[in-house]
Amino acid sequence: MKTLRDTIMTHFGTSATLCSATCPPGVPQILVPREKFEDVGWLMKGAGARLAAEWGVDETLMGRHFAVIACFARETEYLLVRCDIPSDEPTFPSLSKKHPPAFRFERQILSLLGLTPTGHVHSDLRPWIKHEDWPIDAWPLRKSFDAGRRMPRVAGDYAWVRAEGEGVYEIPVGPVHAGIIEPGHFRFQAIGEDILNLEERLGYTHKGIEKRFEQLSWGEGARLAGRVSGDSTVAHALTYCRAVEAMTGTNVPPRGAWLRAIMLERERIANHLGDIGAIANDAAFTFFFYQFMRLKELVLRGNRRLFGHRYLMDQVLPGGVAVDLPADASLMIEEELESLPEEFERIIKAYDLNASLDDRLRETGILSAETARELGTVGFVARASGQPLDCRLQAPFAPYDRFPPRMVVLNSCDVHARAWVRIEEIRDSVRLIHELLATLPAGETLAPLPDVPPDRSAFAAVEGWRGEIVYWLQSGLNGGINRCAIRDPSSVNWLALEQAIHGNIVPDFPLCNKSFNQSYSGHDL
Amino acid sequence: MSLHPFAIELLQLSLLLGLAPAFAGWVKVLKCRVQGRTAAGILQPYRDIRRLFGKDIVLAENASWIFRFTPYLTFGVTVIAAGIIPLVSVDLPLSATADVIALVMLFGLIRFFTALAGMDIGTAFGGMGSSREMTIASLAEPAMLMAIFTVSLASNSTSLTQMVSVMAHAEFVIRPSLAFALAAFILIALAETGRIPVDNPATHLELTMIHEAMILEYSGRHLALIEWAGMMKLALFFALGISAFCPWGISPGGEIGTLALALVMLAVKLMVGALVMVLIETGLAKMRIFRLPEYLGSAFLLATLGMIAFFILE
Repeated sequence: MKTLRDTIMTHFGTSATLCSATCPPGVPQILVPREKFEDVGWLMKGAGARLAAEWGVDETLMGRHFAVIACFARETEYLLVRCDIPSDEPTFPSLSKKHPPAFRFERQILSLLGLTPTGHVHSDLRPWIKHEDWPIDAWPLRKSFDAGRRMPRVAGDYAWVRAEGEGVYEIPVGPVHAGIIEPGHFRFQAIGEDILNLEERLGYTHKGIEKRFEQLSWGEGARLAGRVSGDSTVAHALTYCRAVEAMTGTNVPPRGAWLRAIMLERERIANHLGDIGAIANDAAFTFFFYQFMRLKELVLRGNRRLFGHRYLMDQVLPGGVAVDLPADASLMIEEELESLPEEFERIIKAYDLNASLDDRLRETGILSAETARELGTVGFVARASGQPLDCRLQAPFAPYDRFPPRMVVLNSCDVHARAWVRIEEIRDSVRLIHELLATLPAGETLAPLPDVPPDRSAFAAVEGWRGEIVYWLQSGLNGGINRCAIRDPSSVNWLALEQAIHGNIVPDFPLCNKSFNQSYSGHDL
Repeated sequence: MSLHPFAIELLQLSLLLGLAPAFAGWVKVLKCRVQGRTAAGILQPYRDIRRLFGKDIVLAENASWIFRFTPYLTFGVTVIAAGIIPLVSVDLPLSATADVIALVMLFGLIRFFTALAGMDIGTAFGGMGSSREMTIASLAEPAMLMAIFTVSLASNSTSLTQMVSVMAHAEFVIRPSLAFALAAFILIALAETGRIPVDNPATHLELTMIHEAMILEYSGRHLALIEWAGMMKLALFFALGISAFCPWGISPGGEIGTLALALVMLAVKLMVGALVMVLIETGLAKMRIFRLPEYLGSAFLLATLGMIAFFILE
């Protein structure tokens, strides 16, 4: 099969250029003329690639203008396609005709960077993330925008999707919820208990993280990346660090790489445990909730003993990891891995045998395989809907190249499948940690980070517990951060929730939502 | 020495008012224990009620008199219901004023006003809760009446005290009609008091709520009254079940000795009954809402079977 890169290069011929000077080898970046950007969309669709991310960048401080970059992925190949955009005409052809996730990516680009997607299919230009009480021409990601400035409030209205007819009523839920969860607004249109449509409104936790990166040093950036979504702190910091390392050509010492993988898998185990319990709790089965929370707590306490932080925050640094394991760590982990799986299996057996719970979980919130593919979903959401996607296998780095995880793909596409993928992944992560511990190399854990060369960019993708996290970093002329584009798995998976809820009833929504459990913070940035 | 019937009536009312929160606390303690957690103690509901009484009321601007009136009505009617159901003695003067059909109507009255209050403010959750509550009520009330009628047939009366005294003095035999009726009654009681698998009294998820969704907008002393009435309703349903199906030990008159024995028996029965409910609640997930018609339908069927069994076998 022709690679994505060759597909583009053959089609465009001399009008496309490979940006080899500014990008490290690995993930190629191709510059295409702006007017042909849409062609890329259908070329990639034809080649079976998904749109993993799309973002804009302001390069005015580097003597250039704007640019939009689209990241496509197919199996083990990632490809960045870029088009330059002049400042006096800030528009770009939309990819949304062929790639549905582009709708939200492009609304975000328009809201935050002021680049307008064009093309006859792009009808949805409502602001995304940026709410209507901000001035319409406040584009925070532009270099001309002063982050210290106080934003004036303006009057505005958001045009919701409407459903009308006899007996149709609206249920607004949120942004403030009754549970201890992040804020987000969900608007249902329903007839009786049947949901006609669900529209999400996010952005309530927008913190300006991408803008903030531009004021930080590369080292501080890792700390901020660890706070993009607190429950995926290892995965986010790791993706950021891998991008910085790709940019500088830094090699992480093997012990550092092994410890990173151990932390990543521990984060996966802890979050999956909490999620399975929370799913059961939303079906009012509190027994499993408390049991799984207890197991999660044991893992978190183990994290504190081993690494000094329950959620492993600030442990991953560019070049390696911050702390080495204590001397008796192997013993402690082995002991933990002895008792945890045993208890876990006992609870899972009860979980599996409970018919009343099974009745709630099966055939609820079905996200068909086709929709999951079309929307470019990633992570356990995709794997529970028959999509064989796992960055640890498809963009492997040490030590995953030596210790591949087992990919668990289920085809029932419902809440039960999304819970069961997590159960299998916990089992597999325990196995991985065993193997990593047995082969843990000796030596340094942190390599020195050389200066970042000016005007370079780098890309990294890491499979966090929610799925593929994408970072794209660009250095400015002074060697600092010019742009840090982040795509949390939630950015695409939130779209899938809207689709999975069709044909369900209102009281089943919390269960569906919990089975996705996407991040608000990671999405809102 | 024996107590005047009105003294018994007062004793019973104050028992229920005073001890219903303790019973609710006992249920929570059991639930925590069964699920391996540490409980807040059986006094926690008292603290909750005191806290709510100490708080100001937040009232929606468009709340009408129905919304303000409902908590008092709920509380008052529950207290009246408490005067009818024989807890410790069958010598209840108030019981002559209302039979079991009136009792079901009293609960229906509370439900009617609660559903109106849920819709009164105009929030989506309130309306949703009211609509669900009415769906359940329309199925649960007939089933409830059928179950109780089976017991009435056995005692030839719809008066609760009459039913109880006949049942309490009858020779103990396992009667298939009552076994069916009891099974139906348990299913309905879980639905009527909003317990798992029908409703989840502890949830924070507005979209899944039934009873809680209707009272979501209540605060302060309004909420305290509704919560307190809810605790009494839970205890009353247990008391009703105990009176109708296993009234042994209840005092026939007002003698202090038999009253004391009846109290102890009642406490033991309540504690055991709560354990059964907690085990059901711990072992089951909440049903999908569209399973409820099947669930309540089977309750109705069981009650009808009980009645048929009575005519065929007894």
